[in-house]
Amino acid sequence: MQFETIGGFQVLFGVIARFWPVWLALAIVLSASFAYRKRLGLYGELFTNSVGIAGVTICFFWLFTAIFATVIAPFDPLSQVAVMKDALPGTVVPNTTDVYYFGGDKLARDVFSRMVYGSQIVLVIAPFATLFALMVGITLGLPAGYYGGRIDSFLSFLANLVLAFPVILLFYLLVTPEIRTLSFDSWFSRITGIGVSVPRGLAAFFFLFPIVFLCTLFWTRFKNRPDRLWFQLGLTILIGGWVYLGLVFSIDPLGLISIEPSTLNIFVAVVFASSPGVFRIVRGLVMDIKTRDYVAAAQTRGESPWYIMIWEILPNARGPLIVDACLRIGYTTILLGTLGYFGLGLAPESPDWGTAIKDASRLLRSFVHPALPPTIALMSFVLGLNLLADALREQSLKD
Amino acid sequence: MLAFIIRRLGTMVITMLCLTMVVFYMVNLEPNLKKLSISQLDMRSSDEHIEQWLVKNGFRENFFVRYGQWLGVMKRNPEINPATSKSELRYKACQQPNEPYYGGILQGDFGCSTKFKTTVEAKLWPALGATGILMFWVMVTMVPIALLVGIFAGMREGSRTDRGLSVASIATTATPEYVSGVIFTVIFASWLGWLNGSAASATSQGVNFYNFTLPVMTMAIYGIGYIARMTRASMVEVMTQQYIRTARLKGLSFSSVVIKHALRNALIAPFTVIMLQFPWLLTGVVIVETMFRYQGFGFTLVEAAGNNDIDLLLGCSLVSVFVVLFTQLISDIGYAYLNPRIRVQ
Repeated sequence: MQFETIGGFQVLFGVIARFWPVWLALAIVLSASFAYRKRLGLYGELFTNSVGIAGVTICFFWLFTAIFATVIAPFDPLSQVAVMKDALPGTVVPNTTDVYYFGGDKLARDVFSRMVYGSQIVLVIAPFATLFALMVGITLGLPAGYYGGRIDSFLSFLANLVLAFPVILLFYLLVTPEIRTLSFDSWFSRITGIGVSVPRGLAAFFFLFPIVFLCTLFWTRFKNRPDRLWFQLGLTILIGGWVYLGLVFSIDPLGLISIEPSTLNIFVAVVFASSPGVFRIVRGLVMDIKTRDYVAAAQTRGESPWYIMIWEILPNARGPLIVDACLRIGYTTILLGTLGYFGLGLAPESPDWGTAIKDASRLLRSFVHPALPPTIALMSFVLGLNLLADALREQSLKD
Repeated sequence: MLAFIIRRLGTMVITMLCLTMVVFYMVNLEPNLKKLSISQLDMRSSDEHIEQWLVKNGFRENFFVRYGQWLGVMKRNPEINPATSKSELRYKACQQPNEPYYGGILQGDFGCSTKFKTTVEAKLWPALGATGILMFWVMVTMVPIALLVGIFAGMREGSRTDRGLSVASIATTATPEYVSGVIFTVIFASWLGWLNGSAASATSQGVNFYNFTLPVMTMAIYGIGYIARMTRASMVEVMTQQYIRTARLKGLSFSSVVIKHALRNALIAPFTVIMLQFPWLLTGVVIVETMFRYQGFGFTLVEAAGNNDIDLLLGCSLVSVFVVLFTQLISDIGYAYLNPRIRVQ
């Protein structure tokens, strides 16, 4: 069968044209940020050097791609057009004007659309998992660094335990369908009728940290102003509890928040693997900062230890933490790719980049084109984050 | 110093005990046992048949008793064939004595692999040897390149070389093995045809340039950027020191200042970083060996984990945890030894 194809330049322009919402959004955001860079603090300072601009642009590019994925992608990531199996880049779908810009994969799906939709998965899981890891690491790292002694030895031992585990082995043990379906009969499941599996148990533990952290944050600050305290605590517990119930036990009373068991499993595994790293960094920073004069001043004032940790030490540790968070989102993206590459956790037809790379790399001898878009996408996104982190580090060193 | 090492070794043993206990618990969860027994029997075996097999092979004994047996502090009971009154082969593959015996890690018995139908030692040590060869070549290429890049970048901070090399090393840290592996295979194996896209022949025919360059390159690239950045940071710091300025002012040439005065102090930090790379390399080994079909440690680990081969998986985790902790210890001792300003109490 003879296919109509379009040339290399037409593919290039076609792809650029498909990304039009991204270019528009990028132009608006970047020019606005550039114009007001003097007033935007640390973010604005990124626009003073080329590395920073490059990093911000790449990160925003993928962010907007994820947001506008439905507009950009010409096809559904799962739809198959049988004749387009292993089609070369630029093949026109018969009887239509639509083009498989980057060709078709072995199941006759559009590689370009899958790459675009893949960004959604990565950009949802990676930043949120990093956020949770940060929360866990900060909540445990602050007391470990501040009090030292036995708390520190115990928590450090636990962190080293997780760090000594090879990541792959951890994933193989933690992210399998067997583990997900297993449920322990406990008093809890007997009362509520919800099975408690290993991932769900871990999620119940990890997802508690943001709520605990925010409650401590407000409690220490507004202890003497009951009117604001109760309002903020109530709001935290209400919203936090709502999200918590929806995410961990999928019993959100409004039915708005829910998460696939397999996604929850990946999420928990990634948080579990990266929070000890955050813990170590926070602990080190706290040990350094707690010797400063302003901490001594707060101690003399009679502030409570948690007030000092959260309102005196943590804000002064923000520079390295922001840099680390950027790097960590990149690292989490790599971890997600690893999971996809080993076929763990994500559904086999999922369009995420890791799974796409796995599928394509098996067939490299015969077809090269399905492998390149996801690899380049993953690489460029991580590169953008690393450049951003590098520029941020340079800026924070300047102060 | 001796007390420090002994204390660290003690922590190491406790960590290994804790971790193997966790792994032991996870691989012995009910669904995993079911998976194992189905792979050992066949797909259509009945539930009673599976249960019978689990009881026969001692999977239904108390958790701590079984962990003790694996460690070698509890006696294992061999399964005696009533007809011959001799012990049967464990998992139909490994010899057992006729009476209850201590057969665990402490006796040097790693157990029996259900997947490969042989003892774990017979599978694990050759695999480790193969990975050792891979690691050796990775280190031989990665370390000198990374150090050179770092030194050249850090020698003159802010110069054009520095910026170019820094961006390049950021780019390599953003390229995980499964990405660079695919890209290199596409370029060097599919398009140019210079190199072999698979290292499977390295096990049988021996290592050569044709089949081993791609795996080594793929693994080295990811590490180079990180080590180079650490070296650069260390070099930049050293170059601002007073003694470097003094050396410059007394009229030494720039190259001799760098080689004689700066290098020795700038290489202390990268040493630690290189040693701490081992845990990362371990993950890299798994990816690269799977990708290029090289029968080493990582390949074995994936096979063991995929088939829930309990003894082999425990052996693999023991080895990898040992490698991670041991390199940490070496890096700490080495750091204290190289840097006279640091002394362990």
